[in-house]
Amino acid sequence: MAVESNREIGQAGNASNRVPAVQLEGVTKRFADVTAVAGIDLEIADGEFFSMLGPSGSGKTTTLRMIAGFEEPTSGRILLHGRDITGVPPFDRDVNTVFQDYALFPHMSVADNVGYGLVVRKVARSERSRRVEEALRMVRLEDYGARRPSQLSGGQRQRVALARALVNRPRVLLLDEPLGALDLKLREEMQIELKAIQQQVGITFIYVTHDQEEALTMSDRLAVFNAGRIEQVGSPADVYEHPATTFVAGFVGTSNLLTGDVAVAVIGEPGVYTVRPEKIRIADVGTEPESDEASAVGRIRDVVYVGPDTRYIVALEVGGELVVTQQNLETSSMEALATQGRSVRLIWKRRHVLSLATSEK
Amino acid sequence: MTESRWVRIGLRMATVLVIVFLYLPLVILTIYAFNPSRLQAWPPTGFTFDWFVEAANNPAIGRALVNSLLAGTGATAIALVLGTAAALAIQRYAFFGRDTISFLFILPIALPGVVTGIALRTTFQTVGVDFGLATIIVGHATFCVVIAYNNVIARLRRLPRTPEEASADLGADTWTTFRRITLPGMGTALLSGGLLAFALSFDEIIVTLFTAGPGTQTIPMWIFAAIQRPTELPVVNVIAFVLILFSTIPVYLAQRISSGVGGGRY
Repeated sequence: MAVESNREIGQAGNASNRVPAVQLEGVTKRFADVTAVAGIDLEIADGEFFSMLGPSGSGKTTTLRMIAGFEEPTSGRILLHGRDITGVPPFDRDVNTVFQDYALFPHMSVADNVGYGLVVRKVARSERSRRVEEALRMVRLEDYGARRPSQLSGGQRQRVALARALVNRPRVLLLDEPLGALDLKLREEMQIELKAIQQQVGITFIYVTHDQEEALTMSDRLAVFNAGRIEQVGSPADVYEHPATTFVAGFVGTSNLLTGDVAVAVIGEPGVYTVRPEKIRIADVGTEPESDEASAVGRIRDVVYVGPDTRYIVALEVGGELVVTQQNLETSSMEALATQGRSVRLIWKRRHVLSLATSEK
Repeated sequence: MTESRWVRIGLRMATVLVIVFLYLPLVILTIYAFNPSRLQAWPPTGFTFDWFVEAANNPAIGRALVNSLLAGTGATAIALVLGTAAALAIQRYAFFGRDTISFLFILPIALPGVVTGIALRTTFQTVGVDFGLATIIVGHATFCVVIAYNNVIARLRRLPRTPEEASADLGADTWTTFRRITLPGMGTALLSGGLLAFALSFDEIIVTLFTAGPGTQTIPMWIFAAIQRPTELPVVNVIAFVLILFSTIPVYLAQRISSGVGGGRY
C-alpha cells in the first residue's frame, strides 16, 4: 500500500507544473444502444508518450477519435492545453492523427501527401517545400517524394503517414495502432524509431495499441482500458508490477491468479492474488522455502519451449494453475520438455505476491 | 482442360455465331451506306461517297445533330451534379426515410419511357412551359440522373473514409476535403457514368417525342422520320454508320477506365 501513495504524490507533482496537453472530464460515448466509452477522466502531460492499451472494443480508439474530433462525446468535456475543444471540428484542432490504415491520398505523390496540411493551411511555397523535405528526411524517405503511395511498402507508407502528421508541428500527435499492419521485425524497428522521433520533436504522443509489450516498451505512462473504462493509469513498471485489478494483471502479462480456496490454501488469506511467472522458481518437492518465501506443490502439466524462455504450466495440488517462466540459461529444449509430469515445489518471495481488486465483467 | 474436344468446338462455334449475330446487321448497313443505288437491294452495285455528300448538305441533319449533342451534354451535366449530390447524401448520412428516397431514385429507370414521356408532357403543359430543347434536356435528365447516381454510389461504397478524415485532420474544411480528396476519388466513376448517361440521351426517342416542340428535332427523331421516306434511306445508312464509328470511342474509353488504369488505384 506504500507504493500506492508514492505513485499519487509523483503524479500530482508533475501535473501542478504545467497545464496538461489533454484532459478528459467524464467523457462518455454511446452509439445507438452501445456504450463505447463509459465515463473516463484522464490527464496527459505535455511532452509525454502516453499509451492507451486495451483489447478491441474497450473504447481506446473511440477515445482517440474523440480527441481528434471525428466523434463527439455524448457527455463530458475534452480540453487541449486548457482550452475546451468539445464540439470543435477536426480541422480546427491543433492535433494530428496517424491512422491505422495510413489513409494516404492515393492520387497524390508522397511529397504532396506530406505537404497537404501545409497547402490547406496556406503556408508559403518555399517554406512548404523546405518543411516537406525536412519531414521526409526525418522518416528517412528523402528520395521518395515523387513516388505514389501505391509504389511503397507497408513500412514506407507508415513513415509517410507519420511525416504527413508531423510536418504540421501539432502539439499533440494521435497514433491509432500505427504498427498494426507491419510484420514483427519491422514493428520492433519502428517502435524504436517512433520513440526516438518523439524524443527529438518533443511532441505529446497518444498511442493506441492492443499490444501490451508495445505499450510497456514505448510509453512514459499508459492507461489500461476495459469495457469503456480505464482500469489503471501509471508508468509501465507500475502497471506491470502492481496491477490494480484482475483485468490489468491478465491483460498486461500472464495473469497467474489465485482465488477462493486456492488463495486461502496458498497465501493464507481469502482474496484475489497474482504472482508474475518470472518471479517463481521451480525446486524439488523436498526443498524448504526461506522465511520470506511462500511455496506450493504441484505437477508440471505442460511445457512450452519459446526459444529464450520456457513456460511451465503447473497444476497445484490444492487446485488452480500457475505459469512459471524460466530463462533457458543452461537448459536445452530436450531437458525442458522432459520435465513434463514431474512433481515440483514452486517457490516465490512473499513481497512478489500482489493483491488485486476484481474487475467488472 | 476439363472440357472434351466436342465441347470445345461447340463453344467456339457459339462464340462465332454470337459475333455474327451482333455484327452482321452493322456490316450490311455499312455496305449500303457506300452503295450507289438508292434502292436497298442485294447485291450492291458499286462504291460511292455520294450519300456522305448528300448527308453533309442536308441542313436538317446538321440541326438535329447539334440538338442531340446539346441535349446529351445538358442532361449529362444536370445528371452528374444532382446524381453526385444525392449519392453523397444517401451514402454518407443516415436520416429518416433514407431507404425510401434511395428507392425513389432508382424507380424512374424501370418506368416505361412512354409513362415518363406522357407524365412530363402533361406537367410541362400544366405549368405552361414551351416545348423545345430545354424540355428535352429535362426529360433526358430524369433517367440520366439514375445512371450518375448508381455509378457514384457504387464508388462511394468502395472508397475508404479515412482519407477524408485525414484531410479534415490536416486542417482542410469540408469543401476543401470534397474538392481535393472525395472528388478525385470519384473521378473515374463520374467519367464512366457521364459517358453512359450521354449515350443513353443521344439515342433516346420515346421521351424525346413527348417533350420536343414542333420545331426541335434530334438525330433519332430525324432518322425515325426519314425511314418512312424510301428515298432518304441511303442517307440514314450514312448517319447510322457515322454513329457506329463515334459510339466505339466512349465504349472503348469506358472499358479502359473500368478495367485498367483507374481500377487498381483504390
